[in-house]
Amino acid sequence: MADAAAIATAGAARPGGPSTLRRLFSHRLFVTGIVLFGAMVAVAVFADLLATHDPTRIRARERFRGPSAANFFGTDNFGRDVFTRVIYGSRVSLEIGFYTVVVTAICGTAAGAAAGYFRRLDEWVMRTMDALMAFPSIMLAIAITAALGPSKFNIVIALAFVYVPRTARIVRGSVLVVREMDYVQAARTVGAGHGRILAKHVLPNCMAPLIVQLTFVFAYAVISEAVLSFLGMGPPPPTPTWGNVIAEGRDFIREAYWITLFPGIAIAITVLGLNLLGDGLRDVFDPRMKIQQG
Amino acid sequence: MARFIVVRLVNSIPVLLIVSLVSFSIMQMVPGDPASIMAGPQATAREVEEMRQALGLNRPFLDQLVIWYGNLFQGDLGRSILLGRSVGQAISERLGITLALALFGFIVTLAIAVPAGVFAALKQNSWMDQAVMTIALAGVSLPNFWLGLMLIVLFSVVLDLLPAGGYVPVADGLWPWFKSLILPSFSLAMLQVGLLARITRSAMLEVLRQDYIRTARAKGLARIYVVGKHALKNALVPVITVIGIVFSLLLSGSVVIETVYSLPGLGRLLATSILSRDYPVIQGGLLVTAAMFVFVNLAVDVLYALIDPRLRED
Repeated sequence: MADAAAIATAGAARPGGPSTLRRLFSHRLFVTGIVLFGAMVAVAVFADLLATHDPTRIRARERFRGPSAANFFGTDNFGRDVFTRVIYGSRVSLEIGFYTVVVTAICGTAAGAAAGYFRRLDEWVMRTMDALMAFPSIMLAIAITAALGPSKFNIVIALAFVYVPRTARIVRGSVLVVREMDYVQAARTVGAGHGRILAKHVLPNCMAPLIVQLTFVFAYAVISEAVLSFLGMGPPPPTPTWGNVIAEGRDFIREAYWITLFPGIAIAITVLGLNLLGDGLRDVFDPRMKIQQG
Repeated sequence: MARFIVVRLVNSIPVLLIVSLVSFSIMQMVPGDPASIMAGPQATAREVEEMRQALGLNRPFLDQLVIWYGNLFQGDLGRSILLGRSVGQAISERLGITLALALFGFIVTLAIAVPAGVFAALKQNSWMDQAVMTIALAGVSLPNFWLGLMLIVLFSVVLDLLPAGGYVPVADGLWPWFKSLILPSFSLAMLQVGLLARITRSAMLEVLRQDYIRTARAKGLARIYVVGKHALKNALVPVITVIGIVFSLLLSGSVVIETVYSLPGLGRLLATSILSRDYPVIQGGLLVTAAMFVFVNLAVDVLYALIDPRLRED
């Protein structure tokens, strides 16, 4: 499936042109995605201004307060303000998501380009990627995090192990198509080296499917980080993350549903925004859709 | 066909070798001394040394690798020190629950996603199509463990219809057993429902555009017959290709869903082993699930070749 999409998109549209941007901003779902995700980024950036309380201060007398004007999302079992903890939790999730995307983009492009361009490496690189993809994603991520120890950096490494193979496969698919294009052959004929051909001619034309994929990687990474935190494999408390706030709320779900409810909504908004962004980008980059819309 | 199966089997050998190498490496990735981490902070030097010997970590790296593969070929995945039994035993005791959960999750996925996707494609761009696709999008965007907790609040705390968690063995009655798996299977299925509904819809749209569908309609066949007999059969082909991925996602989700609902399956075993740093169980669990995925994919490939003879040629 992903390969087919990559082949269809490769070499078709270079993202970033003025018409691409115009098309993107007239795409209703893409704009909705930008608004949702952008709002969440703004929350993370301005967390200090938005927070109404101290995210870690314990106030025993204010435990389990329901949502009110004083505590928008109520308070938890330590009397901490859930709204403030959700606000600060956005930082951890977006940070981990962002760095996972960066590491995945670099390693996935390198592995995919190597496999697609240098045919002798193909078999080895792709077999390794197939093997890594055989592990159920969350299991591999928690096993690696368990081995390395839970820290933001190690979670990024663990998630990269999960998403690099999937990304490499997509990059390889587009490289295979682009390397046969006339302009690549022409560049080779006039004596351009492999490095130059890859950097100047092949990779720029493989960007569209890569960008779409990375948007989804960001979304998966946010959910996976929440899962890791929920299972106790995330950044250690009292640092608030969406996953560990839900995990703490789980024990009191009968009396205080709000501790669990709100961080989940925050995750859903972020992931929904990213999924809409990805769908929008795919619609606009995919030439088949262009034909359909005239 | 026999040749096709043999070729696929041989092709999966390097993948299985790398899978087992990655599982082996988990212990090697632990910074510092895995033996002292497993023995715990209060352990004496002698206890740590005993742990090191039990894990085989006192031997040189290459010996460890040879022993790992030697044991593997005899079906020995090592011993869990904390559970006091072999890893193979611990996994096989719990695998049934996870597979039952995955099977139910799979049935729920198919039962909701395929009709929803077909329906959305038939009524393309109608408000019903929009509604189905919005729900599908929500399915892939809502974290499944959170959804599981919300379903507990709704169906167990508020409505008091279903148990909030815990596992009832089949021996205690079929209906209580089934009831204990309803909420977990639904929470586990939502993500795959979202994915599969979208795939079914686009496959169906693709097929409905084909000439033979127009021909079938033109010669006067009833719409229900054209959709059911001609279109659906062809639209299900891409759906079969993603069965492997759906299975992998179900196993992946079982880690967190079994934790939410306190089901003593393989996923929960892994989650607790990870918190107690029981590395042999983590390695064995990873290896078993990945090997299952490889074989499920193999079966899917064979199934695919049975349906589409063009694939058997190469």
